[in-house]
Amino acid sequence: MAYMNMVQALNSAMDIMLQRDPRVVILGEDVGYFGGVFRVTDGLQRKYGEHRVLDTPIAEGGIIGAAIGMGVNGLKPVAEIQFADYIYPGFDQVVSELARLRYRTAGEFSAPVTVRTPCGGGIRGGQTHSQSPEAIFTHVSGIKVVMPSNPYDAKGLLISAIEDDDPVVFFEPKRIYNGPFDGDPHKPAVPWSSHPRGEVPEGYYTVPISRAEVVREGKDLTVLTYGTMVHVVEAAVRLSGFDAEIVDIRTMVPLDVDTLCTSVCKTGRCVVVHEATGFGGFGAEIVATIQEACFWNLEAPIQRVTGWDTPYPHAFEWEYFPGQARIAQALKSVMEAA
Amino acid sequence: MNQRSRLHVPNPPARPGDKPDFSYVRLSPAGAVPKPDVTTPVGEITDLANSLIRVLDDNDTAVGAWNPHVDAPELQVALRHMMLTRAFDDRMQKIQRQGRISFYMKSTGEEAVAVAAGMALRPMDMLFPAYRQQGLYVVRGRSLTDLMCQCLSNTNDMCKGRQMPVMYHWAKGNIFSISGNLATQFPQAAGWAMAAAIKGEDHIAASWVGEGSTAEADFHYALTFASVYRAPIILNVVNNQWAISTFQGFAGGERGTFAARGPGYGIPGLRVDGNDFLAVYAATQWAAERARMSGGPTLIEHVTYRAAAHSTSDDPSRYRPKEEWQAWPLGDPIVRLKKHLIALGEWSEERHTALEKELEAHVTACWKEAVKFGTLTEGPFLDATTMFEDVYKQMPPHLARQREELKALRALQASIKPGSSEEAELDAQTQSVAKEG
Repeated sequence: MAYMNMVQALNSAMDIMLQRDPRVVILGEDVGYFGGVFRVTDGLQRKYGEHRVLDTPIAEGGIIGAAIGMGVNGLKPVAEIQFADYIYPGFDQVVSELARLRYRTAGEFSAPVTVRTPCGGGIRGGQTHSQSPEAIFTHVSGIKVVMPSNPYDAKGLLISAIEDDDPVVFFEPKRIYNGPFDGDPHKPAVPWSSHPRGEVPEGYYTVPISRAEVVREGKDLTVLTYGTMVHVVEAAVRLSGFDAEIVDIRTMVPLDVDTLCTSVCKTGRCVVVHEATGFGGFGAEIVATIQEACFWNLEAPIQRVTGWDTPYPHAFEWEYFPGQARIAQALKSVMEAA
Repeated sequence: MNQRSRLHVPNPPARPGDKPDFSYVRLSPAGAVPKPDVTTPVGEITDLANSLIRVLDDNDTAVGAWNPHVDAPELQVALRHMMLTRAFDDRMQKIQRQGRISFYMKSTGEEAVAVAAGMALRPMDMLFPAYRQQGLYVVRGRSLTDLMCQCLSNTNDMCKGRQMPVMYHWAKGNIFSISGNLATQFPQAAGWAMAAAIKGEDHIAASWVGEGSTAEADFHYALTFASVYRAPIILNVVNNQWAISTFQGFAGGERGTFAARGPGYGIPGLRVDGNDFLAVYAATQWAAERARMSGGPTLIEHVTYRAAAHSTSDDPSRYRPKEEWQAWPLGDPIVRLKKHLIALGEWSEERHTALEKELEAHVTACWKEAVKFGTLTEGPFLDATTMFEDVYKQMPPHLARQREELKALRALQASIKPGSSEEAELDAQTQSVAKEG
């Protein structure tokens, strides 16, 4: 075991998979010689050569399209899109091609592509370096969608994603690359070495896709969340004093309905939290699922706390970000509902 | 005979620790490239895409057919614009390092590309820049205070705090909004130009992308549309050799010029010394005249060098030799124009130093004015509830509701001083707000 931040954990996952499986290749903008703008692929090209770790032209549609072709020809490509905000030129290749290739060829062709991309705000990135577009991808049948909240899960899930024969879009919440973030930008940064999930095995292991995890057991109410917000919710729960059960969803598609619903049926109250905009967001899918499965166990209306329905504003990121205060308010509101 | 294919991976000629090597940059002597009539069909002028249009020679003299014969007072204005752009960039970089703005991107070494084009075009021509053409704002006279206020996201910010630094826009100055996404402005500029032609106007559009961004599909959309409709547009590719850590070979610059992309689409391609003010000016003038005469688009590749980091988030010492800029064969655009003016007897080292000081003082004065409107950390602050405006022309009910929620939350937070006894009352108050909300 070693302490790793999320960048090191993701790097270790790719290092191990490049070592174990000669079919694995990494491609993306600045990922090779430079090691990526967030350093996630640092050292990999030096170790495995420029035919395994490829710098690419600046063309997200080209990166994903080429990854599909490589996947069809027997490789296991891991494509990096430098920011999730830049993924849209590759969107057609994801939606119309990557997601449907197996289906439209009745299984004769498929492309086991992993698309890694940093997402989320809190780094003064403005509207083009802060987005959380996961819901757009969960709406597309044929791709799996994952977002880890800590180094241990990040490494184990990325290895699972690379090994998966289906395409996976793997969102990395960049605000927590270097440490868990509780939503208070005025506090000094905390390193992952202070967090139990910063302890990461150096070798191979997997965290299964499609499994949510109860990260805090509680009996008063259930909070369903993922990514950076797991840590913000933990802080808000401490602030509120309620004995909340917190579930880290981890995989959005396929969704671990059992873990989510077991928790909500137990507590009878539920708050859903994500950083992305609320309208048509992934929280809406969660709420609908919970309502269908847990309606007779619910004691209060389910509440959502999300980013506002505006683009991510540069100057107001902390007013936009659904922080502890808004989450604590929702917890109280759900607890005090009749 | 080798019967297997082998993947080629481009590599720059020099990495950190290596001697800079620009032998791959194909040069032509100043004055050597012929200047065709603006009505010449594209098929007859494909050589222009593979040579290098240069006007200023090694003796600081303007030579050849492409010499635009700009008079000395105008050249002095050009020098001033380029120097002011650099002084502004240098100051904003320092300010970012002090933590007073979140981000910045310098245009050091590329000032001639924006300034010369800006001066050769007419005020009503519409500009669609990428993020490294701040010289266009200097030419068109936007106050530096306004640009600084945008970088500060303060109460005088044209973007109302919504965009990262340098993502300016200026409707009155006919400069389009800068996007953080790459090359998106290229097809938009083609559409603007098509509209000008539909309306029968003589305004043209000009847009800029970096050579790295030519890999994006948007670049190719723009060339296709501009060519098909003979849109009155100048499509500028700023080849500054580096796209963050990725050298120009990764955009396809190893086996062909970027200008040469033009003729493939039926568009003339001019390859120009981007550090030569006069060459950029002349090429822009030629393309603008052609466009105004219904001759359609021109692609101009500006061969230059990104002397600074990609942005304040970048560290180029990790991927290229530190002394590369000193070895750049096309020099520094400001030094070259300065020497030319001195050679003409229209400038001197003394005047140059005095102007540098004057511009630095001007930048300082603008900064003092800008911070009066607030900084990220010191008031006055923009009202955060304005973030809900302009999502739509009229605010829909769900956004109006969210705005009220944020207002209530902020009022509550303002009423509670951290660590005070009132903080203990948060629970009750929060509850009442939540119910009202």
